[in-house]
Amino acid sequence: MFDVFKAMLDGVPWTIAVTLLSFTIGCLLGFPICWLRMSPFRVISFATASLVLIIRSIPPIVWLFFVFFGAGGGLLNLSPIAAAVTGLGIITAAQMSEVYRGALSAVPVGQYEAAHVLNLNARQRFVDIILPQMLRIVVPSAATYAISLLKDSAVASTIGVTDISAVAYQVTQQTFKGIEVYTTAALLYLLLSVPVALFSRWLGATLNTRISK
Amino acid sequence: MNELLGLWWEWFPDLLQGFFLSLQVTGVCLLLGIPLGLVFALGVSAPNKAVRLIFLFVVELGRGAPALILLQYFYYGLPSAGITFSSFTAAALALAYCTGAYTSEIIRGGLEAVASGQREAADVIGLNKLDALRFIIVPQALRIAIPSLLGFSIIMFQASSLCFTIALPELVSRASAIGSNTFQYMPVLALAGIMYAVVCIPATIIVTSLEKKLGASSQT
Repeated sequence: MFDVFKAMLDGVPWTIAVTLLSFTIGCLLGFPICWLRMSPFRVISFATASLVLIIRSIPPIVWLFFVFFGAGGGLLNLSPIAAAVTGLGIITAAQMSEVYRGALSAVPVGQYEAAHVLNLNARQRFVDIILPQMLRIVVPSAATYAISLLKDSAVASTIGVTDISAVAYQVTQQTFKGIEVYTTAALLYLLLSVPVALFSRWLGATLNTRISK
Repeated sequence: MNELLGLWWEWFPDLLQGFFLSLQVTGVCLLLGIPLGLVFALGVSAPNKAVRLIFLFVVELGRGAPALILLQYFYYGLPSAGITFSSFTAAALALAYCTGAYTSEIIRGGLEAVASGQREAADVIGLNKLDALRFIIVPQALRIAIPSLLGFSIIMFQASSLCFTIALPELVSRASAIGSNTFQYMPVLALAGIMYAVVCIPATIIVTSLEKKLGASSQT
């Protein structure tokens, strides 16, 4: 049992890397997408909304194959991890843009009006007034999404990233201890999601105290 | 463009078979999984503490482990204990467990949203606990849960693509087989993507408008 567990640990850094990198890309890329989605020009906002809907309507595994075999095969030469991070990053960006949009509409209108009245410029209005309040609302949903992304990152194993799932498959083929291996894998994913949940609770509490001061 | 359409025309019948298999797996896993979710939901809110803890563990394991791991657990894991499934059975069982674990939370939310007066009224008119659940509480809870259950069904249809990893010849498996035979990955994956989108885009729009409608009516 112990050597199974030790072998499985090799996959952990890859799972963490795929999750963290694609989450970072998604969180950053989510902002411009959200901005386009809320554009006053209906053509732009409609086009962005359609794009987000299309991205969310196709399973992650198809996006990953598309990036890895499609774009990676002919046009660019992408390593499995680069393809996985790109594919999952795009999906995360689409999801996060919706999270941001929900959070922006949850900030009371009075805050926008007050920022205008105080004659703050656009950057100040967003960075100093709206963003801190928005982030407080974003944290819980972002954390929930990060945990589901951690689990979705398992699809990276299908294009050759040696994450927990890929190692589980290899070890099962070598040792035929399938039950132990996959139980360990399931528990590892559960364990990895605990720090995310704790961190989000801490961050949420910190942001809340700063707002209430 | 004509060349692309020609290829699509040639591949479409094969992909369509995979598409129907994807729908079939999704249908079976929802038919098994949603009743299982109801059982889990009732188990997690059971009066007995030991029962509650066991169900809580089962639900948290199902929600905490990736669907891919659950699938491979049933297909590659259980044979080492002498239990062997065909890839379709393994897929249906694993995804049903996954569905049960997730929908139990949705249904529990529905159960909690049923007004407490309903429970009291059922008690007063002399229904026993089981009948109160069966005729009064569960139907109302399910009605509340319907939009979220439909939303979850769309996610499960997408998750059925993971059955590729246990050699079930569904949509992604067939697309990837055509891709590796012809090296025309981009066009075949695009067609597969469109076939998922054709189901998921209208379904998402319907579910979103249903959620809005029900949300609006419950506020008034």
